[in-house]
Amino acid sequence: MDDIQMDDEERWRDLDLLLTRPGRLVGPGFEPCPELRAFLQSPDCRILCVGAGGLGCEILKDLALSGVVHIDVIDMDTIDVSNLNRQFLFRMKDVGQPKATIAAERINARVPGVRVTPHFGRIEDQPADWYRSFAIIILGLDSLEARRYMNSVVCGFLEYDDTGQPDLSTVKPMVDGGTEGFKGHARVILPGHTPCFECTLWLFPPQTKFPLCTLAETPRSAAHCIEYAHLILWGQVRPGEEFDTDSEEHMKWVYERAAERAKQYGIHGVTYQLTQGVVKNIIPAIASTNAIISAQCVLEALKTLTCFSTGLDNYMMYVGSTGLYTHTAKYEKDPNCPICSAGVPVEVDPDCTLQQFIDHLRSDPSLGKHLSAPSVSFGATNLFAHGVFEAETAPNLSRRMADLVPDDGTILTVNDKRLRGPMRVRVRYSSSMKA
Amino acid sequence: MAPVPDPKAKRYDRQLRIWGTHGQQRLESCSICLLKCGPTGSETLKNLVLGGIASFTIVDGEKVEARDLGNNFLVSASSQGEPRAKVVTELLQELNESVSGSYVEEVPEVLITDNPQFFHSFDLVIATQMREQDMVKLDEICRSTGRAKLLIIRSYGLVGYLRASLPEHHIVESKPDSQLDDLRLHQPWPELLQFASSFDLSSLDDIAHSHMPYVVILLQAAERWRAAHGGLLPGTSSADKSAFKAQVASMRRTVDGEENFDEALKAAFHVSTPYRIPSEVRALLDDEAAGAGLGPGSDEFWVMVAALKEFVEDEGAGTLPLEGSIPDMHATTDMYLRVQHLYREKAERDVAAVEAHVRQLLARLGQPADSISHDTVRLYCRHARHLRCVRYRTLAEETGPETARGSVLAAALSAGGGGGLGFCGDLPPGSSDAALYVLLRAADRFHAQTGRYPGAPTADPQDDLPLLRQAAMQSPDSSSGSGAAIISEDLLAETCRAGAAELHVVAAFMGGVAAQEAIKLVTRQFVPIAGTLIYNAMSCTTTALEL
Repeated sequence: MDDIQMDDEERWRDLDLLLTRPGRLVGPGFEPCPELRAFLQSPDCRILCVGAGGLGCEILKDLALSGVVHIDVIDMDTIDVSNLNRQFLFRMKDVGQPKATIAAERINARVPGVRVTPHFGRIEDQPADWYRSFAIIILGLDSLEARRYMNSVVCGFLEYDDTGQPDLSTVKPMVDGGTEGFKGHARVILPGHTPCFECTLWLFPPQTKFPLCTLAETPRSAAHCIEYAHLILWGQVRPGEEFDTDSEEHMKWVYERAAERAKQYGIHGVTYQLTQGVVKNIIPAIASTNAIISAQCVLEALKTLTCFSTGLDNYMMYVGSTGLYTHTAKYEKDPNCPICSAGVPVEVDPDCTLQQFIDHLRSDPSLGKHLSAPSVSFGATNLFAHGVFEAETAPNLSRRMADLVPDDGTILTVNDKRLRGPMRVRVRYSSSMKA
Repeated sequence: MAPVPDPKAKRYDRQLRIWGTHGQQRLESCSICLLKCGPTGSETLKNLVLGGIASFTIVDGEKVEARDLGNNFLVSASSQGEPRAKVVTELLQELNESVSGSYVEEVPEVLITDNPQFFHSFDLVIATQMREQDMVKLDEICRSTGRAKLLIIRSYGLVGYLRASLPEHHIVESKPDSQLDDLRLHQPWPELLQFASSFDLSSLDDIAHSHMPYVVILLQAAERWRAAHGGLLPGTSSADKSAFKAQVASMRRTVDGEENFDEALKAAFHVSTPYRIPSEVRALLDDEAAGAGLGPGSDEFWVMVAALKEFVEDEGAGTLPLEGSIPDMHATTDMYLRVQHLYREKAERDVAAVEAHVRQLLARLGQPADSISHDTVRLYCRHARHLRCVRYRTLAEETGPETARGSVLAAALSAGGGGGLGFCGDLPPGSSDAALYVLLRAADRFHAQTGRYPGAPTADPQDDLPLLRQAAMQSPDSSSGSGAAIISEDLLAETCRAGAAELHVVAAFMGGVAAQEAIKLVTRQFVPIAGTLIYNAMSCTTTALEL
């Protein structure tokens, strides 16, 4: 768009009051000056917004109206009618279009000078190095798995020095937001300092599933009838056909079979709306909670980048259904976290093969008892993996460790069915490895 | 039976799952007036337009200028020089075609003084970024309309403020986060007890035994206990509770694998815990408005509360109507449905009894017998345990020297730290979110004296500290009414530093909170904040103060 003849100082007057004036309640090393906003506006301050949905739309707007210019947004979804009650960048005519693309277009059109770059695709399809190019990453995701993936990528950059302290230049800050109805949370993750996502996995309660015998033999509720049709009957009547939650025909099929079963058992309450809710695990969502959590996330990102005020340390939970309640907790890092801790150091001969390295792990007196058939990965890359990727990664077994994992001090993740969770191992290259 | 494709139902699906079609209907009938459409007002209204309100009218006297392009999403670069109210109205309408918007190019303070009649045509007035003196006047005007609820919001530097004001807000569907099942295992009604006693557990085969709903198990266990304890039920002492649970456990056939017994043990406390009407509901039943104050002009809410009170004293024998739904229980379909039916039947009988009281009351009050529908009676009965009424003092009462709650404020100030429930009190006195409440009022006083805010862009924030400190000391925070407020120097300095800046992120946060509160007030579901909310973006805390 055309450059607007506009006095930048006039435009950013409100923001500048906080960025150029000294304060008492500020972050460590805060230096009020015009250069702070210049930094926010510079290409050195590229910010990634993961997700262009309920949180993402708000995050993009909040960033753009806080002086940030270079913003990337990534999302693999397309726009649906049910998004329109809160994802305010989208219109009815956009339904079917990629969220990231339209979101970027709308922000770029509205906020003079901002440059939002869209990426329509999966977060897994971007190389880990791409994520390294951002000053800070803000998550507006709706799934545990996606968060865990982003967490492992970002924490994968983390390196520790010889004294066991995190190398600050490898710390990639991440801000994570989540909402559900009137509830939400915002948290700041500084790998190596605050707990990472994996450290506090217990914060997310496991999803309750109905026991199969209830679904098959003693249904008592409408939800039981629906899940029977979805999880049991579908496989029996339409074998080999994958159930598509976005297919109206598939959903209608489940609804009708569920209604039949409910009638048979004398159970009331099966509706199409309930069917969708149960099958898709629909989370109710409203504009207000998304606005609140996104704003808090962007505020924390600004604080991390400029120190203009005291930062959230490190988790805020929000409940807005009865009055309004927030609680801030300072969770502690798990010193043995397989994703962000310094990892168990293992001496490795750089010339040894991956197979030899794995054998070495298995014969180690303390590590070996946890391992039977370990898989080894490096960040988001499989070095050797049992199962689906076995054929693809088997050639690596005969390759030199130093070729596969060039840097000393690299953290490798070891997975094994005997382990409760992944194990972090730190490679220490030396030429005297015990045979 | 096939799904009816309704575009509105699809659009609002994610929120209909929260407040239902009846809640949505209330939103879609609501007309809102917004005063000032800077980012705070614009973000609030944006969230409500997305939700599907009927209409809005924006009152704002400014023209779009460069500063708006730095903090407001609802203006465009090409609109500089145009009336801000017009521009925001047009851009908001793009968000939802079902909402109709209009605007008045006028300074809201002038409207309040010159044309109070203006506010009579709205259900909700949202006043943003306005000063205390004008809000006291507006509060009076809104109350006099008998219709308009008032919501006041401010974003001031890294501080947010929100306050609803209306005489009374009645809630039937308060939908608390955690709700206790209404199982009545301590005092089962005759049909339930009869049903439970009709089974000889020992004669059942293993499958039937492990599929007996825990309600039956617990009631039988309770009867056994009574027989061995002179007719008494287990008490609430931990000794009794453990002993009772042990008795239930002894009725198992296998050590594990009988899920219904696992559920029974978890629910055993229902037997020992006596029925209690929640204190908030008790207060409603005893409220003057449902007693001596009940008259022909009484709101439906109080007539219903009065009817419930009569039920409690009569058929209910000290209990409210049965809620009627039960949680899932490990059982055969048949057994579960039979238990479910018993609970529903009893609940229906209670509804009928309450309805009889309602009709009598209406007759006594000279109201038509059908002015409260059967469905309404049903709704009240189902949610009887969670009825709420929130009353709001006027702003004049809150701020008047004779009526201000000085001791409440003093306590909040000395508590130290935010956190909503007086938690994390490791900050020095005068550093709490309550201090920010004092500072906002002090900033308004400062403005009244000087014509600008402390630390306004033209001034050096340091120079303004003495006058702001003095203005803060005029706050009524002690029981004597004229004590000097203890306000931390840090917060004083930060208030001057902020220079009344309206940051987009703070406006967006408050816009979300305000929209949420507006929705609660309009749908009459969930519970609105009962007083003043302070948001401290420096410490990431929120505090509610009932002043």
